[in-house]
Amino acid sequence: MRSDGRRAPLGLTLAAAGGLAFLHLPILLIFLYAFTTEDKSYQFPPPGLTLKWFAVAWGRPDVWAALGLSLKVAAVSTAIALVLGTLCAAAVSRSRFFGRETVSLLVILPIALPGIITGIALRSAFSIAEIPFSTWTIILGHATFCVVVVYNNAVARFRRLSGSLIEASMDLGADGFQTFRHVVLPNIGSALLAGGMLAFALSFDEVIVTTFTAGQQQTLPIWMLEELVRPRQRPVTNVVAVAVVLVTFLPILAAYYLTRDGEHVAGQGK
Amino acid sequence: MAAPAALAAPRPGLAARTADALWRRPGLTLFLMLTPPMLWLGIVYLGSLFALLLQSFFSIDEFSGLIVRELTLKTYGELLRPANFDIIIRTVTMAAAVTVAAAILAFPIAYFAARYARGRWKALFYLGVMLPLWSSYLVKVYAWKLILAKEGILTYILDGLGLMPVLELLLSVPVIGGTSLSVSYIGTFLVFLYVWLPFMILPMQAALERVPASLIEASGDLGATPGQALATVILPLALPGVVAGSIFTFSLTLGDYIIPQIVGSSRLFIGQAVYAHQGTAGNIPLAAAFTVVPIVIMGVYLWMAKRQGAFDAL
Repeated sequence: MRSDGRRAPLGLTLAAAGGLAFLHLPILLIFLYAFTTEDKSYQFPPPGLTLKWFAVAWGRPDVWAALGLSLKVAAVSTAIALVLGTLCAAAVSRSRFFGRETVSLLVILPIALPGIITGIALRSAFSIAEIPFSTWTIILGHATFCVVVVYNNAVARFRRLSGSLIEASMDLGADGFQTFRHVVLPNIGSALLAGGMLAFALSFDEVIVTTFTAGQQQTLPIWMLEELVRPRQRPVTNVVAVAVVLVTFLPILAAYYLTRDGEHVAGQGK
Repeated sequence: MAAPAALAAPRPGLAARTADALWRRPGLTLFLMLTPPMLWLGIVYLGSLFALLLQSFFSIDEFSGLIVRELTLKTYGELLRPANFDIIIRTVTMAAAVTVAAAILAFPIAYFAARYARGRWKALFYLGVMLPLWSSYLVKVYAWKLILAKEGILTYILDGLGLMPVLELLLSVPVIGGTSLSVSYIGTFLVFLYVWLPFMILPMQAALERVPASLIEASGDLGATPGQALATVILPLALPGVVAGSIFTFSLTLGDYIIPQIVGSSRLFIGQAVYAHQGTAGNIPLAAAFTVVPIVIMGVYLWMAKRQGAFDAL
């Protein structure tokens, strides 16, 4: 809808600005607390500012171990989700077949139902099948709900990818794999990259399903959760929180710029 | 011109021949493409869900504490006991309150972004909603622990403004109040609202984008005040977006067990009950029966939303 030249009423502007401030100020507060000299309480305003907690957090092996596990899980889950999500998106967008709606519902279900259901369902399945907890049980859960992110991004791009491009490629003598490699992949590449980054961010941050599938292992969110429930080292938690914010912001920003430029896909204009 | 015969000649190489074979059998190609994701989701996800559902029909032996593997509805009967039924009512009430508040708070942002923001501002608004949406859930909860702490920023600001009596009055309200914000339902509500708000803004904005400006102008030309235009033109047309957003806020609140554990009173929500029963108590059947509650509620909700046409706004 367009209303060029009209200015928004003052009340609306203030309400919108207030709403956005409500969304952002709490996150900014985390950054302030990372520098506070107070280490026993959440006192505001901070009595003094210091950089020493960054050094302390840097020297903590448990934080590094948790970060390492989180990165490993996120990387493998993203890779699995990329393959499964792209296959699903390609199948759903290139043809209409019986059960097509069911396929998209099945992909969306793990994220539409509350995470605790996915978590406890996986856990009871592991216990019935007597599968011991390992990095792979975490990955199994993460990949399941990461598929939908890749799928959504890929489906949107496939929809804009003109079928005549593929036909032209085949007419010019390329086989199916060559067409995929030289025509389809370059066109959907940035959407897959964006989907992969969002999947990575989703997995890196996931805690609810992970608490059910991790056993005794600690991913970074699980480490943070324990600190939230029983605060023992507030300054280190503050620093880790800042690091997590920065690590998740970068892929999200990158994903945004990748899909924004992808609005113009070759062959779309006809 | 290529000779027609050249077209029919099989191309050299195994990959090329496989590709040609697949091209000629679209059904087989489709099958091969769908098999890996469907196997994964079917076995890992649906299989687990089925295992969970099955467990909810088992029961626990009250004396030995062992799970009795016989199909029974006894565990579902347990849900109706006052202590358990209270948990369900409490969670659904909280989910409804969060959804209503999120819709009210989201509307100005979504409306401004859809109708007045242009170019650079539009991108800024979009990122302004996307970044909080995607940033770490635990960090957001942690931020609120900092804010709501007794020695924290909220007390500092209210104290500076001389508004502490207002806060104390609010906390003295029975049920929703408590000794401090971080152990009251008000605190839990605020954190839920904060964490799920972006999920309401995005579908609402998508729905509002589709309301033609000419309709709003026409209502003004026909003598409607801005308030009347809002109530009779804009809101009804934005409703599918609100319903779509409420699916997220409702479902996410129903299933969450971390927020009420960290900020709130010690009274349980569905998620916490599930976690407690499957963990220390070892009563998996009851935990499973508890998870069926949100599934059923969301099933009914999705069915109603579908009839409202909410899925077009996603």
